[in-house]
Amino acid sequence: MAMAAPLVLHLLLALLLGLGGQSRAEPERDSLREELVLTPLPSGDVSATFQFRTRWDSELQREGGTNHHFLRYAVLPREVVCTENLTPWKKLLPCSSKAGLSVLLKAERLFHTSYHSQAVHIRPVCRDAHCVSVSWELRQTLTVVFDAYTTGQGKKDWSLFRMFSRTITEACPLASQSYVYVDISRNGQENESLEVSPPPTSTYQAVILGDRKTYAVYDLLNLATFSGSRSLNLQLKWRQLQDIGSQLVPFLHAQRYVSGYGLQKGELSTVLHNTHPYRAFPVLLLETVPWYLRLYVHTLAITTKGKENKPSYIHYQPAQDRLRPHLLEMLIQLPANSVTKVSIQFERALLKWTEYTPDPNHGFYVSPSVLSALVPNLVGAKPANWEESPLFSTMFPTSDSSSYFVRLYTEPLLVNLPTPDFSMPYNVICLTCTVVAVCYGSFYNLLTRTFHLEEPKRSRLVRWLANIIRRIRGVPPV
Amino acid sequence: MGLLLDSHRRRALARLLLRLNTPLCVVSYLAGVFWFLGLAFSPLTQNTYISENAMGSTMVEEQFEGGEHALNFARDFTAQRRKTGSLPVAWLERTMRSVGLEVYSQSFSRTLPFPDETHERYMVSGTNVYGILRAPRAASTESLVLVVPSSPETLNAQAVGLLLSLAAYFRSQIYWAKDIIFLVTEHDLLGTEAWLEAYHDVNITGMQSSALQGRAGAIQAAVALELNSDVVTSLDVAVEGLNGQLPNLDLLNLFHAFCQKEALLCTLQGKLQHSDWASLGGSLHGLQTLMLMVLRQASGRPHGPHGLFLRYHVEAITLRGINSFRQYKYDMTAVGKTLEGMFRKLNNLLERLHQSYFFYLLPSLSRFVSIGLYMPAIGFLLFIPGLKALELWVKLNKADFGPEEQLGPNHSLVQPFGQDARGVALTPLVAPVLISQATGLALYLLPVMGQHVAAQHFPVAEAEAVVLTLLAIYVAGLALPHSTHRVVSSTPRGPDSGWMALKLVALLYLAIQLGCISLFNFSLGFLLAVTMVPAAALTQPSGPRFLYAVLLVLVSPGATLLGSLFLWRELQEAPLTLAEGWQLFLSALAQGVLDHHLYGALLFPLLSLGLYPCWLLFWNVLFWK
Repeated sequence: MAMAAPLVLHLLLALLLGLGGQSRAEPERDSLREELVLTPLPSGDVSATFQFRTRWDSELQREGGTNHHFLRYAVLPREVVCTENLTPWKKLLPCSSKAGLSVLLKAERLFHTSYHSQAVHIRPVCRDAHCVSVSWELRQTLTVVFDAYTTGQGKKDWSLFRMFSRTITEACPLASQSYVYVDISRNGQENESLEVSPPPTSTYQAVILGDRKTYAVYDLLNLATFSGSRSLNLQLKWRQLQDIGSQLVPFLHAQRYVSGYGLQKGELSTVLHNTHPYRAFPVLLLETVPWYLRLYVHTLAITTKGKENKPSYIHYQPAQDRLRPHLLEMLIQLPANSVTKVSIQFERALLKWTEYTPDPNHGFYVSPSVLSALVPNLVGAKPANWEESPLFSTMFPTSDSSSYFVRLYTEPLLVNLPTPDFSMPYNVICLTCTVVAVCYGSFYNLLTRTFHLEEPKRSRLVRWLANIIRRIRGVPPV
Repeated sequence: MGLLLDSHRRRALARLLLRLNTPLCVVSYLAGVFWFLGLAFSPLTQNTYISENAMGSTMVEEQFEGGEHALNFARDFTAQRRKTGSLPVAWLERTMRSVGLEVYSQSFSRTLPFPDETHERYMVSGTNVYGILRAPRAASTESLVLVVPSSPETLNAQAVGLLLSLAAYFRSQIYWAKDIIFLVTEHDLLGTEAWLEAYHDVNITGMQSSALQGRAGAIQAAVALELNSDVVTSLDVAVEGLNGQLPNLDLLNLFHAFCQKEALLCTLQGKLQHSDWASLGGSLHGLQTLMLMVLRQASGRPHGPHGLFLRYHVEAITLRGINSFRQYKYDMTAVGKTLEGMFRKLNNLLERLHQSYFFYLLPSLSRFVSIGLYMPAIGFLLFIPGLKALELWVKLNKADFGPEEQLGPNHSLVQPFGQDARGVALTPLVAPVLISQATGLALYLLPVMGQHVAAQHFPVAEAEAVVLTLLAIYVAGLALPHSTHRVVSSTPRGPDSGWMALKLVALLYLAIQLGCISLFNFSLGFLLAVTMVPAAALTQPSGPRFLYAVLLVLVSPGATLLGSLFLWRELQEAPLTLAEGWQLFLSALAQGVLDHHLYGALLFPLLSLGLYPCWLLFWNVLFWK
C-alpha cells in the first residue's frame, strides 16, 4: 500500500450531468455489469476491487444546466466502514450475494484485510443526444487490500480461495457482462515475475493512473473459462519476489496533520507532493473545518520549495458558530517534483458544556481535505470509449490523452479541545453560590454604609466576664 | 468582614496577631513538615486502582514468544553498530521494512550552547529511525509509541532487539485499532526531542532537523524502553518528566497490573515494595521512596525519554531493565509479554488517559498520595510568610495599635498611608529590588553568553567557564548590600521602617513565587519552602546577625541544590564524600543550564530570575544599615 488513503465513509451524490451530453450511443437499459480487478502489489499484498454498475430508466426530466445551489458535500470523518455498512450495500446488488462475483463478498474475510473502501455512486445518464430523458446509473465499488503479513501468514502467493475462502462458479444471471481482470503488467521488470493460473483467454491493455497496464481477462459468461472444473479459482504466484523497498509512489499524494501543542492554538498543515519528474499541474484543494476551530485566515501560508506559492483562486466562506463550518477552496499550482505545504493557524473554541460529545477526551474530528487534480500521464493514452471500456478504467477518467482525473482524500484529524472536568459543574455551582452569598453582603455593607467611631457599650454580662478574666490576669478591673 | 470593620475588634485582633505570631509560625512550620513526613503513612496514602474503564477488564492471554528472536536482533544490532560507528540506520530501516513496517528516518543536528562534559558532546548530529505499523482498516488518527533511545554510552541493544521482535509480532495481529510507531532515537533525549518537535512541527529549542515524512495522527500514549542485558532481574519505572510533569496515574497502574500478572519484580526509584505496608518499617521504606521521588521531581529534569512526551500531552513512562545479582532472572519473553499486554490495553482506549490523577506522589508502586492530601503541607509552610508579612504590616502601621488603650476617642481611624511615621514607603525599596533582579538576570544570561570571553582570558574550558561564572556571579551577589546602600538615600522614617518594608515586600514575593511553583511542581515548591521559609522569617538586621547570615547562606537555592544531592545519594544508600559531592554539584549546575537550553527545563530560569533575587532581598534585609 503505497499511500494509506483515508478510510472514510463518504456519501457522495455527484450529479455529473454534463458527461452524458456528449454524443454517444444510447446507453443500455436495465443492465448489470460486474467486474473484479485483482492487482498484485510489489510488497506481496494483493488488492481486489469489485465494481457493479446497474442502470434503469426513469421518468425524470432533465432541466438545462446544473443548479449549483443544490450541490451538497458532507463528511462524517468519525465513521469507519464496518460490517454494518456492508450488508445494506450488498442488498443493492441485483444478485444480492447469491450469485456472480458477489458470492465472494464474505464479511468475515473482507474485514480481515488491511484496507477497506466502499462506495456508492449514483447519477443520471442521458439516454439520447438531446438528453430529454435520463436513465439512472448506480455504481458500487468495493476495494480491499489483502495483506501478506496478517492475512497471508507471510506467504505471498494468492488464490481466490485464500483471499475470500470461496471460488467463482458462475456469473450473475442478470449480468450482461461479467469479467475478472488480473494485473499482469511487468512494472519495469525484464521477465514476467507473476504467474497466473489458469491461463487467461485474452488480455487487455489500457493506461491506468498514467501507466500502461496489461490485464489478463476472464469472461465469466464464457463457459470456456470454467473448462475442466465447475469453479474458477484464480491463482497468483510470484516467480521471483521483488524488492519490497522499491515502492511505487503516485504522482500526487498528500498528508495532513495538526501541529503545535497545548490547548489554545494550533496549525492545520496539508503537505502536497508532486513527484512527477517534469510536469507541473494545478490542484483544487477543498477544506471544510468545523466552526470550533477558529481559523485565522491571515495566517494562511502556501510554500513550495521555501517560496510563497500564490493560489490562482481562493474561495473562503467563514464559519458561523453552531451553524456552518469554514469552507476554504483553493487552486494551487504544484511545480514538478516538489513539496507544497499549506498551513493555517487556528484557535480552539470553548464549547458550551452541553455541546461536548459523550467522549470529549477522545478529541474532535476534522474532516479530510479533498484534492482534485488532472494528473499528467507519463505515457500517451488514446481516449477510451466510455461505454465500452471496463468499469475500472473509468474510475480515473482521462479527459484527454495526456492526463487523468484523480480525487484524493487526506486523513481525517483528531483535535483535542479544552475539556472541562464534567464532575465539576455541580461543585462549581455550589462554590460560586457560597462565595457570592458571603461576599455580596459584606461588600454591600462596605460600599453603602458610613462609619462613625462610637464608644463601646458593653453589656453587663460582658463586663462581668471581662472583669473576671482581668482579675485572673492581675489587671485592675474596668 | 464585620470583624475587620469594627476598629476595636480589629485592634484586638492585631494585638493577638502580634503576640501569637511566633508560636503560630513555629506550629505552622512543624505542622507542614510533619504533614509531609506523614504522607507515607496509612491514612494519607491510598491503594492505586485503574480508573479507566477501557483498560479495566478484558485480561487477555499474552502470546508473545519472540524472546530469542529479540536477542538475535540485538546481537545483529550490536555488530552493525560496531561496524558503522553510529546508529546503523540502513540496517534498522531494512530490518523494520522486512517485518512489514512503513519505515522513515529523520536526521537532526544541534550545537549545544557549551560542551556537555558528562556526555562528551558539543556538536551533535544523528538520525532517528521509526517504523509505523498501520492499524488495518483504520484512518490513522491515533497512535501509540514505543521508543528506544540509543546513544554511544548506552546502546540499549536488547531494547532495540525487543522493539523489532515486538514489531514483527504485532504486525501479524489483526486487532490493532491505533497505529503503533516504533521509534529508535539517537543521542537519547536529544533525538527524542528532535523527533517530537518534528512530529508536532514546532521548533522550541533551536533544533535543526529534517521534516517527518510519515505521521500517524494524535499520539495517545508512549512507552520508553531501556534494556542493556539479555536477562533482567527487575524492571524500574520512571515517571518524573520535564519540569516535574507526571503522566496520568493510570499508565503507571497499567504497568503495575502487568507486573503482577507476569509476576515480574518491579521497582520504583530503584526500590522494591516493602512486603508489609502497615508496619512502621514499611511506612519508613515508603517515606524513603517518596523522598526520592520528591527530589527527582524537584530537579525538573526528564528522567528518561518519556519526560519529553509529557509537554505534548502524551502520557508516557520509561521502563528500565535492571540486571543485579539476584538469583532469579526474567528473559526477554517475559518483558515482551508485559509490553504486549500494555499495548493491547492502550489499544483499547477510547479516550485519552484522563480518568485518573495527574498530580500525585508515590511512596510505592501500589500506593499513592493525591494532590488533595499533600497540598496542606505546603499550605502550612506558606502560611508563615503570610503571618510574618501581616505582622510587619501591623508594625509599620503601629500607631493604630499601641500597646494599651491610649487612643483618644476622637482619633481618626482612616488615615492615608505614608503619612508621618506610618505606612510603607516604597521608593527606598526600588533600588534593592532592581539591583537584585539585575543580578538575577546577569546570573541567567552571562554564563552562557560570556563563556568564550572567559575561556580566552582564563585557562579553563568552556563548560568549566560557564559553571565558574555561574558560581562567581552567585557569590558576588552576596556583596550587594554594601553597594545598594550607596544608592539608597537615608530614610527619614523610623529606624526600622526601611528594612521592615523591604522584608515585607520580600516575604510577599517569596510567598507568591513558592505558591505558584508548588502548583505545577509540588516537590520543588515544598523543597524550597521548607528551607527558605524559616530563614526568611527569622532574618532581621538586629540580633545574632552572624547566625542569621550562616542560616541564610545555607538555605540559598544553590546550597539547597548541594544539600539535595547529598540527601539523594544518602537515600539511595550510596553516600557521597565531600569531594564527590562538589564534583556532582558542579556537573549538576552545568546540566541544569543545558537542560534549560536543550529541552526547555524551567528550573534554571526559575532559580536565577525568581528565587535568587528574592533571596538577595533577604540578604539585603540582613545587612540593612
